[in-house]
Amino acid sequence: MQKTSDAVELAAICKSLRRELVQMITEAKSGHPGGSLSATEIVVTLFFDVMNHDPARPKWEGRDRFILSKGHAAPILYSALAKCGYCDWDQLMTLRKLGSPYQGHPDVRFLPVLEASTGSLGEGLSLAIGMGLGARLDGASWRTYVLLGDGEIQEGQIWEAAMFGAFHKVDNIVGIVDYNRIQLDGFVKDIMELEPLADKWRGFGWHVIELNGHDIPALQKAFAEAHDTKGQPTLILAHTIKGKGVSFMENNPKFHGTAPTPAECSAALAELA
Amino acid sequence: MPTNTKYELKLGAATREAFGQALLELGRSNPAVVALDADLSKSTMTVYFSKDFPDRFFECGIAEANMVAIGAGLAAAGKIPFASSFSCFVMNKAFEQLRVTAAHPNVNLKVVGTHSGISIGEDGPSQMSVEDLALACALPGFTVISPADAVSMAALVKRAAEHVGPVFLRAGRVKVPIVYGAGQEFTIGQSIELMEGSDVTLIAHGLMVAESIRAAETLEAESVSARVIDMHTVKPLDTAAIARAARETGAVVVAEEHLADGGLGVRVAQAVAQTHPVPMEFVGLNSYAESGTPDQLLDKYGLRASNVAAAARRVLGRKR
Repeated sequence: MQKTSDAVELAAICKSLRRELVQMITEAKSGHPGGSLSATEIVVTLFFDVMNHDPARPKWEGRDRFILSKGHAAPILYSALAKCGYCDWDQLMTLRKLGSPYQGHPDVRFLPVLEASTGSLGEGLSLAIGMGLGARLDGASWRTYVLLGDGEIQEGQIWEAAMFGAFHKVDNIVGIVDYNRIQLDGFVKDIMELEPLADKWRGFGWHVIELNGHDIPALQKAFAEAHDTKGQPTLILAHTIKGKGVSFMENNPKFHGTAPTPAECSAALAELA
Repeated sequence: MPTNTKYELKLGAATREAFGQALLELGRSNPAVVALDADLSKSTMTVYFSKDFPDRFFECGIAEANMVAIGAGLAAAGKIPFASSFSCFVMNKAFEQLRVTAAHPNVNLKVVGTHSGISIGEDGPSQMSVEDLALACALPGFTVISPADAVSMAALVKRAAEHVGPVFLRAGRVKVPIVYGAGQEFTIGQSIELMEGSDVTLIAHGLMVAESIRAAETLEAESVSARVIDMHTVKPLDTAAIARAARETGAVVVAEEHLADGGLGVRVAQAVAQTHPVPMEFVGLNSYAESGTPDQLLDKYGLRASNVAAAARRVLGRKR
């Protein structure tokens, strides 16, 4: 795979993956487009620039790990992994279909290159901490990145893990909150308000970086800052737009968990041309 | 093999104590072994490991769900984590994490639930784990072990560490009789025939193994020949030994310190029904218990040798 630090090239990859995932979800007739589109720059910046990994050696011990704790954004992860060469690009359109490696939510039994099975919200931060502790015990330099949903962090286990991560100084993990402000039943502020969210993470002892989650240079800078932050874990609070890149999906709670119609898919692809 | 063996059944250590010592020994022999606890290390006895290996011990605070998922992450990073708490807390509070972070990906996580059953005594029913085997056995890929005494626990902790895949180990709070001599070999999935017998088979796990031996001795005085089997591995079940017992003795009693629903009894019944159907009786719990001394509770809730012997007499009456 070709990695790049060039923001223009990374943005082009984002666009190609957005096109792919909209088609995958349309073909599947179910799924969660909004949360994949909001997380696209975060996932692409990690896999195509920041993370140390090698598709030729998928289980290389020294690789950086990525956990998609918000497992319903599986399409952006699958399309990124396929683009890297970890799995079959041509099979992406079998998403959610019987026998597909691309299960509705990430499942290592069907796609062994995944680092974890996720989809039951709230569990990924703990898994990342476990992996971080393992690396630390081995004196290894690999790092673990975990992408959290904003609705997801209403789960109590996230805050159990947040306490643990700071208390045990697990500084080789990075949490990223895809703060798109929409969850299944509506806007986060109407379901279970999270604000003041940066203060909450700071209060739990994390190094917090707030940024625009679609700003690739800002993401690159934040991951570098996280790398240099010792003695405490880093939380990147990424302000994003649900459905980013497709005008009629942007900030529209309907597209948290509803597949586009074929006509909507065509309209989306025209915008993503 | 142990024909006409007489069992002294002298009181030995609690199985949680044996677990704690065995974990400490494992820590010395295998640097990949790590331990997690949820503010109960002085009760689960991971405290021994924590003192010798502070860098490999992770205190999680009172947060069992987080502990189990961190354990799964450690396993994914190549460690052999033992995550311990009271069985009721680690199995009930963290069941979802056991399902998705441990069972789905089949990670090499060892979960140890101490203070199982009602014999914890005075702490009362909120602390008593009487559904843990039903929950653990429901998880595909999990190996589920409930040792009878300190000797078998010490050995089976080692077997659990050698086994690649998720394991649930069940331990008790109170001292229990020693069933085994030092030379006994233990293999996951292979039950142990403690007494030969031809009229009825008594199958048990945990502290009901010693009670079943006593029941068999009572029955012997009534000229009933009872086979006694320690089914220390509840899953995968030793179906061959069960089928042989059903065929050769024609009647089976299962005794356990667990709710009758979902415990070893229903699993043995499944195996008997599939291989050689014979009459069965079950000694187990049918409700939550209460505070009291362990002995009072085992008496009141019917988990004694006398209850096992009575069940054997019932099943003999139904034998064709």
